Amino acid sequence: MATVPGVNPTLPASPARRLRIRWGEILRYVVLVALTILFLFPFYLIVRNALMTQPEITSFEWSWWPAMPQWSNLEVLFNDASAPMGSGLRNSAIIAIVNLVFQTLFASMAGYALARIPARGKTLVFFVILSTLMVPSAVTFVPSYVVVANLGLVNTIWGIVIPGLFSAFAVFLFRQFYLDFPVEIEEAGRLDGLGYFGIYGRLLLPNSMGILIALGVLSFINSWNAFLWPLVVGRSPSSWTVQVVLSTFLTAQTINLPMLFMGAAVGALPLVVIFLIMQRYIVEGVRLSGIKG
Amino acid sequence: MGTKREATFAFWVFMAPILLGLLVFTFVPIGWGFLLSLSDARNSVDIGNFIGLDNYAFMLQSPQFQDSLITIIIFTIFIVPLTLFASLGLAMLVNGAGWGRGIFRTAFFIPTAISYVIASLIWRMGLFSGVPSGVMNVVLYEWFGIEAPISWITSSNPPWYWLVLVTVRLWLQVGLYMIIFIAGLQEIPRSLYEAAFVDGARSGWMTFRHITLPMLRNTLVAVLLLNFIAAFQAFDEFWNIMGGTAASAGNRSLARPPLVYLYQVALGDQDYGRGTAGAFILTAIIVGVTLLQGRFFGFGRST
Repeated sequence: MATVPGVNPTLPASPARRLRIRWGEILRYVVLVALTILFLFPFYLIVRNALMTQPEITSFEWSWWPAMPQWSNLEVLFNDASAPMGSGLRNSAIIAIVNLVFQTLFASMAGYALARIPARGKTLVFFVILSTLMVPSAVTFVPSYVVVANLGLVNTIWGIVIPGLFSAFAVFLFRQFYLDFPVEIEEAGRLDGLGYFGIYGRLLLPNSMGILIALGVLSFINSWNAFLWPLVVGRSPSSWTVQVVLSTFLTAQTINLPMLFMGAAVGALPLVVIFLIMQRYIVEGVRLSGIKG
Repeated sequence: MGTKREATFAFWVFMAPILLGLLVFTFVPIGWGFLLSLSDARNSVDIGNFIGLDNYAFMLQSPQFQDSLITIIIFTIFIVPLTLFASLGLAMLVNGAGWGRGIFRTAFFIPTAISYVIASLIWRMGLFSGVPSGVMNVVLYEWFGIEAPISWITSSNPPWYWLVLVTVRLWLQVGLYMIIFIAGLQEIPRSLYEAAFVDGARSGWMTFRHITLPMLRNTLVAVLLLNFIAAFQAFDEFWNIMGGTAASAGNRSLARPPLVYLYQVALGDQDYGRGTAGAFILTAIIVGVTLLQGRFFGFGRST
């Protein structure tokens, strides 16, 4: 008997229909694989060019891989005095970590208070915070610069990081989250003699690790990748972030292509690693902010 | 429960950092900026030399500011519908895949980890480099036999730079919106489709048109809004792809969005009065369109 495994021969399934669906699935995977190659190609291009010599990159003959990977491009990159890659990476790391810790902390504190602590004027405070969501953030860079300049924070990494620590949107998300938090846990804490601060520190924070990590990672990625505000505030090379350093390379008079792409590789690598490890949380963070927003 | 005083005290302690921060870095800039926009504030951030609405009139009549608005409108007309279709298409392709769903999702989502600066660098110096070794020129030569390399960024006629500017943002953001759409798709009850099949509907355009699309309505509106607001504030890719200090410096005038122009007015020419006036005009446009869109699509209306 020449029956196809898995197909019940007694049921006269329409062969045309089965075939049509099959072709649909094959088409789906052909398109998906083609798009995957297209989407990953820029990553390949960074690595290829970062490890090539300048003549290899600009050669008329396309080659898929350097004849001899030029790891020395890494040294050239870090020894270039005109654009300080080393301090750029350090500045970006400090800014992103401070941003992750404090933006998340401040927003979760406010979110908890708005969701769970009875106080007069709470509704008004909530609407004042919500109203700031109407203001498009990037547009206010001119007036914000004026204030930061008056506080004497221009050309410091604190001028770059501090104004970004207060996210009304994150407050909103934490408030939503704590509104759904089980009351029983809070009441158990009360019975154990905990006040509002104890409940927040010992019960709420440890039990909201998922949302803390999700929004924390998103704020880390956003601040590492930010460009306009660091460009505006960090005007001297010592306060440049890695993005400003790379932009300076890119718009310079003479361009050293291998160094440029090595810089891109070094600037992107930490984030690609974090992304791959934390993807589950990032998806959760995007889902939270995308749907509620 | 604690006393009322304890609660009030705790509430304000928890609220203090965010309220103080928003006061100093959001409300004060808006207030100060508004007063500056009414002042003659060249080379100074002092308020007082009030000149009424002159700065606003100047900006609205400035050909450069008008050009920048046209530039950003063209950009928005390209990028918003493209992102919407591409991200919904990817979401449906990935969500319907049985095998390898996670791999494909990661492949389309991972550009989110890359900054606009780095992506601009790859696009300008790698993919769309104007020399014969630029990847797109290699493709044109090898696959289509086109020998003369195209100057993707410096050519004003035809304006190939739009292809560069639109594709870089598409690559960077389409995965993010795909994730939002996948979440939306997964919330549609399967029973709706099953009921439709029982009624004789076939998988494909009919179920997409009558089930998927209406059920995604809120997600679609949210993506549309987020996308529009982000596109109108484009800066990074325009600055890094069109900008430069050497011979290429002239490219900037080919496509200069409002934020790049405001940067030049405020931080280049040190004219904070006109810079803030321009910022408020742009804010008014974004808020206005957002509210209109919300009204038009009935934002938040349940489906």
